[in-house]
Amino acid sequence: MTTSDDVVVKAVGLKRLYPITKGILFKKKIGEVRAVDGVDLQLLRGETLALVGESGCGKSTTGRLLMGLEPADGGSISVLGDDLAELNSRQMRAKRRDIQMILQDPYTSLNPRMNVATIVGEPFAIHPEALAGRSRSEAVRELMDRVGLDPSMVNRYPHQFSGGQRQRIGVARALALRPQIIVADEPVSALDVSVQAQVMNLLLDLQQEMGLSYVFVSHDLAVVRQIADRISVMYLGRIVETGEAGSVYAAPAHPYTSALLSAAPIPDPAAQAERERIKLSGELPDPADPPSGCRFRTRCWKAQELCAREEPDLVALSPSHSVACHFPETPDDAN
Amino acid sequence: MATELLRVEDLQVEFVTRDGVARAVNSVSFSVAPGETVAVLGESGSGKSVTAQAIMGILDTPPARIAGGSIQLLGRELVGLPEDQYRTIRGEQIAMIFQDALSALNPVTAVGKQIAEMFRIHRDASKKDAKDHAIQVMTQVGIPAAASRYDSYPHEFSGGMRQRAMIAMMIALKPQVLIADEPTTALDVTIQAQIIELLQQLQSETDMGLILITHDLGVVAEVADHITVMYAGRTMEEGPVDEIYRSTAHPYTRGLLQSIPTIHSAEGRLPAIPGLPPSLFALPEGCAFHPRCPISQDQCRQGAAPDLVEVADRHRSRCWYAEEVMCSDNLR
Amino acid sequence: MSDLQVEAQSAQAAGPESRTVAADAWYQLRRNWVFWVSIVLIVGISAIVLFPGLFASEDATTSLTGGCQLEDSLEGPGDKFLLGADQQGCDVYSLSIYSARTSVTVGLLTAIGTTLIGSLLGLLAGFYGGKSDSILSGVTSVFLGLPFVLGAVVLLSSIDLPGVWGVVLALTLLSWATAFRLVRAKTMEAKGQDYTLAARALGAKDLRIMFRHILPNAIGPSIVVAVISLGVFIGAEATLSYLGLGIQPPDTSWGVMISEAQNAFFTAPWVLMVPAGFLTVTVLAFILLGETVSDALDPKLRK
Repeated sequence: MTTSDDVVVKAVGLKRLYPITKGILFKKKIGEVRAVDGVDLQLLRGETLALVGESGCGKSTTGRLLMGLEPADGGSISVLGDDLAELNSRQMRAKRRDIQMILQDPYTSLNPRMNVATIVGEPFAIHPEALAGRSRSEAVRELMDRVGLDPSMVNRYPHQFSGGQRQRIGVARALALRPQIIVADEPVSALDVSVQAQVMNLLLDLQQEMGLSYVFVSHDLAVVRQIADRISVMYLGRIVETGEAGSVYAAPAHPYTSALLSAAPIPDPAAQAERERIKLSGELPDPADPPSGCRFRTRCWKAQELCAREEPDLVALSPSHSVACHFPETPDDAN
Repeated sequence: MATELLRVEDLQVEFVTRDGVARAVNSVSFSVAPGETVAVLGESGSGKSVTAQAIMGILDTPPARIAGGSIQLLGRELVGLPEDQYRTIRGEQIAMIFQDALSALNPVTAVGKQIAEMFRIHRDASKKDAKDHAIQVMTQVGIPAAASRYDSYPHEFSGGMRQRAMIAMMIALKPQVLIADEPTTALDVTIQAQIIELLQQLQSETDMGLILITHDLGVVAEVADHITVMYAGRTMEEGPVDEIYRSTAHPYTRGLLQSIPTIHSAEGRLPAIPGLPPSLFALPEGCAFHPRCPISQDQCRQGAAPDLVEVADRHRSRCWYAEEVMCSDNLR
Repeated sequence: MSDLQVEAQSAQAAGPESRTVAADAWYQLRRNWVFWVSIVLIVGISAIVLFPGLFASEDATTSLTGGCQLEDSLEGPGDKFLLGADQQGCDVYSLSIYSARTSVTVGLLTAIGTTLIGSLLGLLAGFYGGKSDSILSGVTSVFLGLPFVLGAVVLLSSIDLPGVWGVVLALTLLSWATAFRLVRAKTMEAKGQDYTLAARALGAKDLRIMFRHILPNAIGPSIVVAVISLGVFIGAEATLSYLGLGIQPPDTSWGVMISEAQNAFFTAPWVLMVPAGFLTVTVLAFILLGETVSDALDPKLRK
């Protein structure tokens, strides 16, 4: 059983709406995109929770909400027992020492006009107490070494590094304050294949050594397989399926999860030819005008009249696996 | 094999910059037959995109220049062809689709009109005919309600639809050879699957040759007949797709296959290829891959790079120890 | 296209030699003869502004010390007057040299003023957005739409601040909008970049984000525009002085000289041509410098 001590992040009923406005000087709201619409999640100490979905599903927005980088329009987030909404700006700044972020694009996530010493040293410029007696350059060198970069390169600028090295710089910056939680937003999807594995291995090592808890945001189920303990699959701002990674991969219960798994390319021509593909027709509906009832029904091959009428709740299939579907797949369907 | 559509022979492309001369493509050869899909696989800096641009005659010259080799399209030499003649080939006989459809389409012209333009320019079609043809092609690539979307602008299309629109534009004149440069990289997985299916379907309808430029071993496994693996400007290994995946004969290809996660692989660490691809301005002596290679020996670190040698029927590898790599346990 | 660049760049990035953006730009500029022409011209102009005595004698520009004789009025170019004399019999060449300081001072101060005001407001508006941004942007639209000369005429005839400072004030008020727009647009772009997000995730305060992260990435274009418009401001001063609203005699500037030359243009064209020539060359020098620097800083134009 998990005790409340083990829960490092807890979000309940998380909502984020983006207004669609018209006009320049006098803005008028003409609609809203419900980017995140009622998301519950819970991150345990030392585990990796993956948020999986396609672009526009709200996974990155959820990550930013957890970081307190965007205000939630509903619901609550608590990080290590503190409700983010109740923190004043000084307390929020202190809280950032506990929760940090790794961003997707190593080309835009580093300021091109700063050298590495400044970039990796910036956390200490903002939180000098995190130096704990070390000098800043000492701390920067330690971090560089920790992420597998030559500390003698501290005076170089981002454009002098390759994508994989830049991502390591981003990891070093995120580790500087010795956070307990890291939100990683597609940390390897912009990298070359041969470098992806290096960075994933680094993240795995760091987690083990430092006892980090990860929220791992990704569209790539193959990458997620490597690191996730639990998975939440998102579609149009909602979690449609969540559970232990092994259980979700072996027996996906939501048709959308099945489709995602079936669309993931397998680097093996023989296996590729054998397997049966579920082909989703159509594209993501307009998030400003989601379908009634189940949001996935417009692309679902199992959709019935009930699906248009009633939105399915997230129901537990087992203690560690829940799905929001009126007609969930059973292990027999998946054959 | 049937007649060749396109043959690239010993192609060499150099970038002349102030840091020196970088050989971005170094003696690359392959050919494409009707209905065949050849994948050129590589990471950034491998020279795969430069190869595609050389074939299309859209290299940025200077700094790039073709330093040697030949590119023959249906027996006609393209290297050194004057631009005005090249222009009649592009679109007509050979076309290219790009990763980023949004920047490849003109943002201020309606999508349908851009496709119709192809018929107006190359076929001298009347306005009405061009529009009819365009709508027909849009339908062919699976754009729903094509007639009513004729006047839509690129930004009004979703990512997948934009990719379809670009494909429509490029196949409008029924080219014999289509080059696809990372056609699915920017798309979501479920849309990726749709676009791959579309390309395969178009290929079977028109029997065109497809050159797929990609870094994605999954996509390659799905569509390619033949693979050319590039690294630091050179072909490291080439052969029929099953051969490459089943009996890999180069440590680089092996490393790539082992380092990518799949939905079936186990949790935890993967055997990553250590290090970084070399700078084209400072290629290591000997085999370009040796600093990252788990089995490199003294022979690999000095002298000339190994030759591309045949290890099985139509399967060639540029490694001194190709046979050993093939015989050792392939993990997959 | 983009892939080619990425490949070329990554090849360069890992290359033996490594450079900063500025070093790259300098490499470009070094090989551009237009840049060197503009530099030589600007160095020459600066010398004239700082040490006019090296180029001409102040005596020849005033009748107080007997330098100008009415009997030499409108004397043509020749032995006595290298480039001719004006109606007062003053040496046109010397007068042009001694006029440079006023003209260039106006240009320089206005360029600095517009950049400071425009950039600061642009940074604030772009960063915070919202109502104040809408209002400021509306205001700049009005300024940008205002006919420049007409605006300056109205301003100068309604404020009581003669000489250089009046002209600088008027020109700055009418011209800061360009820098505002540039910096605002660049700020909004930089604000959306991931490195800004990363700084916020670290807990950086607004001031740090604005001045450490955004401004260095947003200021470039407006500095280039400042250099280009330095020349334009010098021309604008001439226009205003020509209209009798800028620098007032006995103070002198190229504009004042051109203004005084208008009556004699057909009989003694040199009286107009010489200061106009100085003016044109100066304006051109700054525009050329601005454009070459702007090209060198733009990686997209890099060969």
